[in-house]
Amino acid sequence: MNCIVIDDEATARMIISQLCSNVPSLNVIEAFPNAMQAIKYLNQNEVDLIFLDIHMPDFTGFDFIETLKNPPKIILTTSDPNFAIQAFEYDCIVDYLVKPITQERFNKAIAKAEAKQSKPVTTNSNEKIEKLETTSGNDLYVNIDRRLIKIDIPSIYLVEAKGDYIQVKTEGKNYTVHSTLKKIADKLPDSLFLKVHRSYIINIMKIIDIEDNSVLIKKDVIPVSRSNRPELMKRLNLL
Amino acid sequence: MEQPNQSYINSLSGGDEAFKQQLIDVIKKEFPEEKQVYFDNLKATKYKLVADNVHKLKHKISILGLEKGYEVAVAYENNLLEGNTTLKEEFEEILSNITAYLEKI
Repeated sequence: MNCIVIDDEATARMIISQLCSNVPSLNVIEAFPNAMQAIKYLNQNEVDLIFLDIHMPDFTGFDFIETLKNPPKIILTTSDPNFAIQAFEYDCIVDYLVKPITQERFNKAIAKAEAKQSKPVTTNSNEKIEKLETTSGNDLYVNIDRRLIKIDIPSIYLVEAKGDYIQVKTEGKNYTVHSTLKKIADKLPDSLFLKVHRSYIINIMKIIDIEDNSVLIKKDVIPVSRSNRPELMKRLNLL
Repeated sequence: MEQPNQSYINSLSGGDEAFKQQLIDVIKKEFPEEKQVYFDNLKATKYKLVADNVHKLKHKISILGLEKGYEVAVAYENNLLEGNTTLKEEFEEILSNITAYLEKI
């Protein structure tokens, strides 16, 4: 993967370039001390991956991402773990590395980037399980009152859209999060979850029973829209 | 008091002495510049900018293996963002400590 490094700190640029040099699949083309220089470069060149510092003067890493029409994969590098919340808003962000970055942790981020590069094109269930492991492991972090709260993905049985919020229901607790069904759908593995209605995503492993146009999950009766019903039926192990 | 060390740098260099020396040289050049900007902004009581400077300096602190120093820097940065300079002395002691260390190596 051809990559560039953007960091206002020379020490950080050097460290990231060194970490890259230990990964044969990476080719660092350029390292930029600010986002503006990188934007000029990207106007004429394409890259596969960007290592991006968030905390830069004048133009932050997030400002930079907003300028990109088709952002490549991005790995954030920062000394501030608090920005992880905001990072979840961007699909292009593959991972979030907190400095000082070790080679071991760096390699994991690269593995994620490589996995994202080769997206599964079929609906083979094994591939989808791999997607779950590589994109988010078994955990999902949600931002509630400026805290990142970890949710065990398999414990989620229902996600319901409620205006600008979604309610995430798990076996232990319910969470109301400022987000959309589409955003959470991208973070959940297709092997477990299915959108059955414009306002509901269900964990198909938690279904108790199904009637004509509804499904019972725990104590919730969830409507199933006509257009989503065939996919639901296809996913069931029917006798 | 906690002392700077080269554990992280050694691990990163993997025995590549040329890289190690190059990195130390960059740190030796960059650290005093960042420190000076920090003191300038502090003198001007521009605490938001001082917080930015501390943010950048804390990477150097962590690279040099100062784990407790890093925690002080994180707390001090937060204090500055709230407009107070609590932990200033402790933080500046870390800077002095690093300065002395970089002069030795």
